[in-house]
Amino acid sequence: MNETLAFILEWVIKGAVLIAILLTGFAYTTYFERRFLARIQIRVGPNRAGPFGLLQPVADGIKLIFKEEVEPAEAYRFAFLLAPVMTMVPAVVIMAVIPWGDKVVMFGREIALAVTDLNVGVLYLLSIASISVYGIVLAGWSSNNKYAMMGGIRSTAQMISYELALGLSFVPPILLAGSLSMSEIIQGQQSSAWYIVYAPLAAIVCFIALLAEVNRAPFDMVEAEQELVAGYVTEYSGMKFALFFMGEYIKMAAVSAIFATMFLGGFDGPGVDTYAWLGPIYLFLKIFGLLGLMIWIRATLPRLRYDRLMAFGWKVLIPIALLNVFITAALIVGLGI
Amino acid sequence: MLQDYLNDYWPIAILLLLTTLLGIVAIGLGYLFGPRRSNKRKNAPYESGMSPIGPGTRQLPVKFYIVAVLFILFDIEVVFLLPWAVIFKKFVDEGLGNFVLIEMIIFLGILLVGYVYAWKKGAFEWD
Repeated sequence: MNETLAFILEWVIKGAVLIAILLTGFAYTTYFERRFLARIQIRVGPNRAGPFGLLQPVADGIKLIFKEEVEPAEAYRFAFLLAPVMTMVPAVVIMAVIPWGDKVVMFGREIALAVTDLNVGVLYLLSIASISVYGIVLAGWSSNNKYAMMGGIRSTAQMISYELALGLSFVPPILLAGSLSMSEIIQGQQSSAWYIVYAPLAAIVCFIALLAEVNRAPFDMVEAEQELVAGYVTEYSGMKFALFFMGEYIKMAAVSAIFATMFLGGFDGPGVDTYAWLGPIYLFLKIFGLLGLMIWIRATLPRLRYDRLMAFGWKVLIPIALLNVFITAALIVGLGI
Repeated sequence: MLQDYLNDYWPIAILLLLTTLLGIVAIGLGYLFGPRRSNKRKNAPYESGMSPIGPGTRQLPVKFYIVAVLFILFDIEVVFLLPWAVIFKKFVDEGLGNFVLIEMIIFLGILLVGYVYAWKKGAFEWD
């Protein structure tokens, strides 16, 4: 009985810590993005709230809480309320299988630095990533607004198209590790080399597909305000809008963590075998670097036209990803990696 | 055995619960502190300042349904690839590498016919 209680306590603490980290991370990703973008565009960015504008996210949060929530009269109310939650929840839950480090001993117990370690980790990632599509469909449909409907449907078509390339680009790491478990994929990279070395093509396809999956530039159809106003978030305001925002940024961090785990060795780094606590620091640095790359891409590349975006996904990314699966498989057979 | 198996999934259930709670609290905060001064104009669907014309949800281009159907087909293909990828190395270790590789090439070759057909039929064209 005591053992069960200890387990439940461990799970609740892990979950709460993960949520706390992600919320803080979300707040400061928005700050980081605005400052970094501003620097690229030779502006200063937000610098008024607190030293260097560091309290800006707090100010934004408080402002959003006190904003009026406009609910369109013709919206389908329950689905309209459900959609933001359904977008935010998968973004957090997807992080559950990402290992943050090796096992450490705390309070006389051996604790794995991950919420859980599923033996079907990659499958879990793909399925939860698919679930977040529902939030977008629901938001677009329940708003009962033409822009929202079009934006929602477009984003959905884009996400499911790029999900195929994403799934295919996960195959080479699985081939190399021989497992679907995230921790075993990291172990495989520790014993040989990071998989970006063996499967660079898959890593590139994966990164592009992940960008499309989180609706980031150059795939940010949602923000194509000339044609769609704000896409599926057109009718949302106040905290409901904040939840969509939260979902987007947490998902950015989540996909960075996924990319880091699949191709950049996850928490792997020099000295991590002797000092287990270095693991989370390495993973954090990798996520931070990838987030910076995403923001840099947003500052550099123009938005793709929708037909080109779909054609690119179906005609270029999927064949390349499929081909790369066989290149990797042939390399394993031929060279015995 | 079953207990161990479920122990991997309980943390996810707890995380799901906590996150949903967070979402509900966030929406609740907005309702609690936000002002509500609604009127007929404000609650009308947004249409760039014009009075809305017709229903908000209407027919969609059939293209999107084609994409959805193609997605299901190719996603199943990915799902078939995953278990193959997991056991691939074990077969290679037993010297059966070429055998499983060619098996998968045949399977995907059949699917490739469908892919080329969809391409030629213009399922990936958007104009």
